[in-house]
Amino acid sequence: MTTFLRDTATVFSREFKPAVREPAGLLFEMGQPLLFLFLFGSQLDGAVGSSWQWFVPGILVMMCLTGPLSAGYTLLVELIGGSMERMLVTPLSRTAMLVGRAMKAVVVLLAQAVLIVLLALPLGFVLHPAGVLAGLAQLLVFSVGLGSLSFVLAIKSAPSGTLFYVVSQSVLFPLLLLSGVLLPMETAPGWLRVLGHLNPVTYLVDAQRALFSGNLADPSVLYGTAATCAIAAIGLYLGNRAMRKGV
Amino acid sequence: MIHARGLTRVFKVKKQAVHAVRGIDLDVEAGRLVALLGPNGAGKSTTLRMLTTLLPPTSGTATVAGHDVARDPAGVRARIGYVGQRTSAGENFRVRDELVTQGRCYGLGTRQAAARADELLGLLDLEPLAARLPGTLSGGQRRRLDIALGLIHRPDLLFLDEPSTGLDPKSRADIWQHILRLREAYGTTLVLTTHYLEEADNMAERVVIIDNGRIIADGTAEQLKNDLAGDHITITTSAEEEARRAAGIGGGDAEGTTVRLRVPNAAAALPDYLRALDGSGIKVTTAETARPTLDDVFLALTGRSITDDDIPA
Repeated sequence: MTTFLRDTATVFSREFKPAVREPAGLLFEMGQPLLFLFLFGSQLDGAVGSSWQWFVPGILVMMCLTGPLSAGYTLLVELIGGSMERMLVTPLSRTAMLVGRAMKAVVVLLAQAVLIVLLALPLGFVLHPAGVLAGLAQLLVFSVGLGSLSFVLAIKSAPSGTLFYVVSQSVLFPLLLLSGVLLPMETAPGWLRVLGHLNPVTYLVDAQRALFSGNLADPSVLYGTAATCAIAAIGLYLGNRAMRKGV
Repeated sequence: MIHARGLTRVFKVKKQAVHAVRGIDLDVEAGRLVALLGPNGAGKSTTLRMLTTLLPPTSGTATVAGHDVARDPAGVRARIGYVGQRTSAGENFRVRDELVTQGRCYGLGTRQAAARADELLGLLDLEPLAARLPGTLSGGQRRRLDIALGLIHRPDLLFLDEPSTGLDPKSRADIWQHILRLREAYGTTLVLTTHYLEEADNMAERVVIIDNGRIIADGTAEQLKNDLAGDHITITTSAEEEARRAAGIGGGDAEGTTVRLRVPNAAAALPDYLRALDGSGIKVTTAETARPTLDDVFLALTGRSITDDDIPA
């Protein structure tokens, strides 16, 4: 276990170092969510009841979808190059390679989420500390699961990588659009709402909105947590299996 | 250092079995420099990948650095270094950072890993590049970094997969200088694959020729050349008719006014041959001898040239 922790720390610090060396990169990655927050969110202001309470959690979920997918992309690049192979010949734990990478994605995501929340405060976002903390915790669990799934996808896609681009691009947008991240699903036609209910991200978005409004006891929180834990469990199981089977 | 028995690897490609390695037996003693030589697709890299635990063998066994590759891969990994065909350093990471990470992958503490990284930067003339990203290095510099990464834990056994492929002649010579110097200093056992004939010929103490997933010859370059190919004598005559008669006397092939013979020891055989031709009234205009190359050995064994890119299925 101690070797596992040490190996995880090794992988984490390797992944994290470039971010420390070039912190501007972190801000650059946040360009899209920030644009949505300021340009799109401001348009929604007033259109949907208590707009910022509704919109900020949506932006955070959006970041949780794109961030972990890009973590899979960096793994794919290393699989296509020789650096992953080089590390596989060392005694480094296979699982630690996965967990260390996922942790880096999570830490970056957490920093970005906190920044988004802070930037939304002057716009009129009302802070419910307990709800925000619970919401962030849920997002982290979700991104660990999604990150693992994207690692599995990267491993299955190597060496060409085509599968990764096809699947990630064709999955990301339907998941986003059908979850009601950008616009409320209540006004959507019935068939779309049915599809929305099949999308696990919908439950996360609903739970996030309840939590960020301070409604910790809302039933949607329970459903969202269940969906999140299911994704995390499936992701970690498949990810671990893929790494152990060898790349 | 290495004991492999009946090592086999079958890949499934589009539901068809591809036999990449078909039963390799290989023993390598400590401190040797062994080259696995063969054309592209011969099974050299697959053999190396099995010996380095990257690929489980379909059948057969291998003990590497005292540990079984299938039962104790971690034991093997801790004791060997591996320099793969592709760039070992990640593109987002600075040269020195990658070396430190590599040390930590082998269980060194951060301080120890940093000290070792600096040592290797010096040893492989990489010091001025410590803060650079791999993408900004030249081919030769990248290769030196790959070797540094493979040596971070002072392995007793280092595998190198095509260490000089794709480099210009000057960088190739430079890489070899480093490899040979390391060997002299630390007595590291080196196993490398190559499809450069001169490289195997000049550098390796032992050449293992692999073709179509099997070892077809094994020995020093000199042994292989003497036993399997033989020297060449080439003479030219003034008339084609004389060349044909000269070929008949020596037992060689005539082509125009040129005659080629294969003999065990050309330097000793040439004077006798010239005297015999003189006695038959054949006027020889030029005569030369040549040692065989490993390509001649490969040609004698397979009927193909090692540099042919057509790989038999």
